[in-house]
Amino acid sequence: MAATALDTLQQQMVPAAGAALLSHGTLAFTLAPAELVPTVRRLRDEFGFDIFLDVTAVDWPAAALRFEVVHHFYSTAHKARVRLKTRVAEADPTLDSLVGLYGSAAFMERECHDMYGIVFRGNHDLRPILLYEGFVGHPLRKDYPKQREQPLVPYRT
Amino acid sequence: MKMDARTVPIVPATPPSRKDGAFEYLTTRKDELIGWARKFSLFPYPFVTACCAMEFMAVSASPYDTDRFGAALPRFSPRQADLLMVVGTVTHKQAPVLLKVYEQMCEPKWVMAFGVCATSGGFYQNYATLLGIDRIIPVDVYVPGCPPRPEMVIDGIMQLQAKIARSSHPIVTQAF
Amino acid sequence: MDTVFPNPVRPLFGTPLRDDSVIVNIGPSHPATHGTVQIIAELDGEKVLRTDVHCGYLHRGFEKECEDHTWHNLIPYVDRLNYVSALVNDFAYCDGVERLMGIEITPRCRYLRTLLSEYSRVVDHLTCLAAGLMEMGAMTAFLYLVMVRDFMYEHLAALTGARVTYSYGRIGGLARDLPAGWLVRLEEILVQYEEFVARVHALVDRNRIFIDRLRDVGVITTADALSFGCTGPILRSTGVPRDLRKDMPYLAYAELDFDIPVGIKGDNYDRYFVRMREMDESVYMIRQLAQMLPEGPINVDDRRCTFPDKALVYSEIESLINHFKLVMDGPGVPPGEIYCAHEAPNGELGFYMVSTGGGTPYKVHVRSPSFAHIGAASRMLDGGQLADIVPTFGSINMIGGECDR
Repeated sequence: MAATALDTLQQQMVPAAGAALLSHGTLAFTLAPAELVPTVRRLRDEFGFDIFLDVTAVDWPAAALRFEVVHHFYSTAHKARVRLKTRVAEADPTLDSLVGLYGSAAFMERECHDMYGIVFRGNHDLRPILLYEGFVGHPLRKDYPKQREQPLVPYRT
Repeated sequence: MKMDARTVPIVPATPPSRKDGAFEYLTTRKDELIGWARKFSLFPYPFVTACCAMEFMAVSASPYDTDRFGAALPRFSPRQADLLMVVGTVTHKQAPVLLKVYEQMCEPKWVMAFGVCATSGGFYQNYATLLGIDRIIPVDVYVPGCPPRPEMVIDGIMQLQAKIARSSHPIVTQAF
Repeated sequence: MDTVFPNPVRPLFGTPLRDDSVIVNIGPSHPATHGTVQIIAELDGEKVLRTDVHCGYLHRGFEKECEDHTWHNLIPYVDRLNYVSALVNDFAYCDGVERLMGIEITPRCRYLRTLLSEYSRVVDHLTCLAAGLMEMGAMTAFLYLVMVRDFMYEHLAALTGARVTYSYGRIGGLARDLPAGWLVRLEEILVQYEEFVARVHALVDRNRIFIDRLRDVGVITTADALSFGCTGPILRSTGVPRDLRKDMPYLAYAELDFDIPVGIKGDNYDRYFVRMREMDESVYMIRQLAQMLPEGPINVDDRRCTFPDKALVYSEIESLINHFKLVMDGPGVPPGEIYCAHEAPNGELGFYMVSTGGGTPYKVHVRSPSFAHIGAASRMLDGGQLADIVPTFGSINMIGGECDR
């Protein structure tokens, strides 16, 4: 059932959404950033993708558009999964937020902002969630050294 | 990040202000008595963060019972506790909280680093983890393990009890 | 002394909404917040007006560590995500890597992984219920459930060598096969489990105090649960029978006979009961699997990921080089990406892995169910009583290692 749902999805979404690829059972679309919210709205309303699983980013430092932001969705009705990939540049890592569509977007986008510095336009609460106030930098970027500590409490002598 | 280092006071040792052998005998007996009472009535503050909590729950429950050692009743207010058991990884975000809890505890107090993450950061040697709680507070007993078996924790408690028994307890001095 | 305690979080609200309401801070070092969550609550007397939930106090940099270690070396790290059911994390991770490599695990390994996943599910639910009931004062239920859990820990230690975090899964199989007598002891433990859980049922199920404390408390609607990405017992307690084991079967679940327990109201009592029933279903599945377990090798015979026999490593040059390469470089995973999800005891645990070839991942991201549920926590806590924060939070089963990674 999932396979037929994904086929229908692929046929209907590809013209607007961009290239699609079936990757290990998940249908992956590559989109332009402007297409993101309309596509997600269609996925939720027309195709029944009611659970927004996660948003994360992959850092490709050598590429012109450095960050590849990846969203995953799940449909409880069709038992199918979809992945949406968009690219943003390092100079302006801004993307539209999904807080208006899904409640889980609030925390997920905060985490992506913490780790990579992706700014979600429309999410007014991008406070650090996994990191702390005063932490400078975005640790999951490839140029952040793993061992660089930023302690809050001075060490004992 | 340049920060001034800090010194954390530990329980000061009593300078031996003996005038005669009888006084020395009395203070030693006093220390032994108080040490005996204190070691068998530890009130732990379980500062629980991570996976070691599973073994902390196991060691508090039957069959590995810390109640046999008098160390079962946790006190979740630092003002009422005397053993700070730091169970699990302490991250830099959690470090101010740990320090605040430690400084709210009254003397005498002891600290047990439960698990290898509290001892040295474990295998999380990265930007997020405090690499050992002894960077910010003094530690009396280190119980390594990931997580330590309950027998190791009990061994740690017994070693702490031996330490308490042989240390001096300056509540009564000659000036009293 | 004047020590400055820097505040690691910025609260959402600083001024109370009303003249007579108070803002209190609960946690992060608190017995009932599982140690690592801070809830800043505004209270009007005993009623909670609004909450601001802060997690992240156990962020240990798992995803950064992933970029520095080989695929094999990450298995201990993956264990410590949801540390109460560590085997499920192992197998979900190994499943993802195996699919990326195109490896099919052996039948014995498949059934054994299913059996151990269900065993871990029982351990997780026992821990969640024990902690939850203890936080409401039922110390006896805690001691009963932790006793059974302890038998299971010792039993798993006989198999894997460790009680809590096992590092037992391997890419392409498992670390070692069952020792002699393991299945006999398994049946003994399951019989004792039934006895102890029957006692807990007798103590809690129709106890007026527990019904008053759990029924209609911490309610979440189905629409809210779906919107906030809730899966697992929380979604099932609202009445939605969604479970990845039935919907997208993996391992040996397609061949097993089991039910999906659902609740009716989405409150704490339903979550308690869903977990109790899920444990019973898991025990039923374990008994079926113990009968179905085929003979055969545990590890797939594939040079790309399985370590060769030690005797061969010491005598043949090919095995020596194979072993060396596997340890130093890691198993070679072809370039690609995958999102592999299993039904963990908390819900959908997903691993999104990106490989650019080679033995070290380019990126591993964990989709953790606890993190999504903490996002929904405010919904369940607002409007309730202060005393309800503790059982509601306990029923969410937020595991810090998984939530904060």
